[in-house]
Amino acid sequence: MKDFILKRMASIILPFICIYGFYVIFHGHVSPGGSFAGGIIVGLSFIAFSTIYGIEKGRKKLPEKVLVWTESYGTLWYGIMGMVGIVKGAPFLANKLAGVDLGIPGALNSGGLISFIGFGVGIRVASTMVTLFFTMMEEE
Amino acid sequence: MNFVVTDYWIMFLLLILIITSLAMYFIKDLLHAVIVYGAYTLIMALIWLQMNTPDLAITEAAAGICMTVLMMIVVFRTSRREE
Repeated sequence: MKDFILKRMASIILPFICIYGFYVIFHGHVSPGGSFAGGIIVGLSFIAFSTIYGIEKGRKKLPEKVLVWTESYGTLWYGIMGMVGIVKGAPFLANKLAGVDLGIPGALNSGGLISFIGFGVGIRVASTMVTLFFTMMEEE
Repeated sequence: MNFVVTDYWIMFLLLILIITSLAMYFIKDLLHAVIVYGAYTLIMALIWLQMNTPDLAITEAAAGICMTVLMMIVVFRTSRREE
């Protein structure tokens, strides 16, 4: 697309969409939303970027290697965060039993490991959506 | 049967939901059908919000309005537009 106004507006708005996605991911346990919705919003910012600026620039922004790495290591990160409980002598994915400080209910750090688990799930969902879009876009 | 204001509001939204879903079936141009699908998903997100599930409203707004519509428009680029 060769629309000047669309490109300038996208370059202003899209970073805030991406940041908002990470906000939804990290506040998944205290506010509406969660890692799936936040991950879709993060992926959506990259999808809108490659729709507006063209698929080659989108590919340059997110190469194949980065997508494969985030997709695999997001899942692995979930497993590692679950192993914290086993290392501390508690069941898999244990949070308070593993001795994590939970803080004041309602505060951002009151979720213990949940924000870290949500980060892994979020980047995994985002990279899956972007991979799906790139595959459909390059099929022709 | 005593309805409050939100009941009538949900009934109005459900009426638009039925109209848009029927319109998607009868419209022949697929691009117009996808645009009507965006309106359908927006109404659905408002209904989730009225039913006190903002979680699903956010997911519906992100996945339904933006993701599905973009994906379907990408599909049109490679195939024909008329049904």
